[in-house]
Amino acid sequence: MKKRPAEAARITRADVEEFLFHEAALLDDWRLDDWLALLTGDARYEVPSNDRPDADSASTLFTIADDIDRIRGRVTRLKDRNAHAESPRSRTRRMISNVRIVGRNARELSVEANFVVYRFRRDASIREYVGRYRYVLRAERGALKIARRQAVLDAMELGSMGLVSFIL
Amino acid sequence: MNDRPLVLNDPQTQSFQVSRATLVDPEILEMERRRVFDTCWIYVGHESEVRAPGDFRTRTVCGRPVIFCRDSGNALRVFLNTCRHRGAMVCRETEGNAKVHTCFYHGWSYDRDGRLDGVPGEKDYPPSFRKADFPLMEPPRVESYRGLVFLSFDPRAVPLAEYLAGAKEYIDLVIDQSPSGQMEVIQGTQDYEIRANWKLLVENSFDDYHLLTTHSTWLDYLRNAGVKMQRPDREHLLPSHGVGKPLGNGHATTDNVNFRGRPVAKWIPVYGEAARPEIERIRSELVARLGEARAARVADTNRNLIVFPNLLLADGSSVTIRTFYPIAPDRMRVRAWALGPKEETASARAIRLDAFLTFYGPGGLATPDDVEALEAVQSGVAATYREVPWSVMSRGMAKTGDQLNSDELHLRTFWLQWDKLMRTGRD
Repeated sequence: MKKRPAEAARITRADVEEFLFHEAALLDDWRLDDWLALLTGDARYEVPSNDRPDADSASTLFTIADDIDRIRGRVTRLKDRNAHAESPRSRTRRMISNVRIVGRNARELSVEANFVVYRFRRDASIREYVGRYRYVLRAERGALKIARRQAVLDAMELGSMGLVSFIL
Repeated sequence: MNDRPLVLNDPQTQSFQVSRATLVDPEILEMERRRVFDTCWIYVGHESEVRAPGDFRTRTVCGRPVIFCRDSGNALRVFLNTCRHRGAMVCRETEGNAKVHTCFYHGWSYDRDGRLDGVPGEKDYPPSFRKADFPLMEPPRVESYRGLVFLSFDPRAVPLAEYLAGAKEYIDLVIDQSPSGQMEVIQGTQDYEIRANWKLLVENSFDDYHLLTTHSTWLDYLRNAGVKMQRPDREHLLPSHGVGKPLGNGHATTDNVNFRGRPVAKWIPVYGEAARPEIERIRSELVARLGEARAARVADTNRNLIVFPNLLLADGSSVTIRTFYPIAPDRMRVRAWALGPKEETASARAIRLDAFLTFYGPGGLATPDDVEALEAVQSGVAATYREVPWSVMSRGMAKTGDQLNSDELHLRTFWLQWDKLMRTGRD
């Protein structure tokens, strides 16, 4: 990754898009350790329950609400061939669009983007995950890092998507 | 179909086998809808989900769309969500509060007590038409036990408390976690499908035999976080002692010594050092209220209770209510909620929800592997059940006395009740 401007103020939408496209490629390639390196030491990764997309995970049951320790535990698990739900691994393909910087201060950017993630399993129909990401990106030592990453699904219930066993 | 045995139980030879056709055959599914689901008590929801007059939740229970609500006197009611005029779903919101429910099609409206209130152009109906004859219909029976609300479509069903039999003792162990005896459903629903027969989820929900192989990555996660685990002796496959136990009427439970941590009230390193005083405070309250022995029973044992046929109370890493219903022989819809004490502090609630997600749910570190196992079974049996007709379920049959949680007595308990209803039930 090339060096980023140190100040969040100078980061453009193009910078953010390039960063999110890079992240998507890492996840689709299952390069999970490289993906972990994009996260800050206090990062959170969340998928809210479908019926409470705007709630707080401290008071609401989510599908996923990981602090950095559980994100690392999740990655350790996913790299283990005994993570049966992802062994053999799903193939995924992510489409990221409508990227917007919706807020910023000296250190951090709030970013939103739409996603469609297609998930393929052997002998199974395609599962489509549609929604939007809410990111907090932090400029750290000249590079963008992910401090918060929330994947909010549009579907009213998980339904036939079934699981969120991969990194959405 | 009646002449074909579906469960082979032979205590003489200590053999117990279940026909794999029970997981595949659409005729069997139709029959179990009538003979099992429509004769039993089926979980609707928790009283905390509707609190004030007019509060409602719509959901599908026992295959029917229902309105689960509070009436004008704040009593819990369940209405079939179908207009008496032409049948449209009267309420299409998932939750809310309403003075009236109006069917948008022709405008018939019903009050909080289900009475037909407004009929546009009423005078054009003949004199024999009386609004009093067309209230929203209700299932024949609705009863609750300690906040858990059930319905039955069998007017002759025994009272709920009698039906629950020995399951009541284990429900009490969950509800007693609240200082006031009032638990509440926490907002946020996990609502997902599994491509497998619903009975496989009954088995899986309290089958501890699969823990080491299916959930090795979850056990590694706990170990890596510093949770201590040691097999008690050579009899045991699992990190702590536990038994499987029938409770009457097809209900059964596991009853395990806890190693996995409990929000009420057993701290483990996964919770983080900062959570330790809060868990200790909850423990003290429990001891003060229930005494040392009962507090230990509540906090130092955990249990996965199946209330026959399709309700799981999993009181393990956290408390979850999970219910499921078949959409097709090879497909079910699952809904799960977290349950916690009403008076829980914000920080204790956060610990509870965090502990929940270490294991449970479609994004947890364990449930996805259960789902994969069930779908693997379904894929395995769907086209082979004629050539490979039987599944083996005889673990523990040669033992006298207690059966371990990794034995299969509790699974056989479910299947024997299921078989009894299928053989003797009415359509």
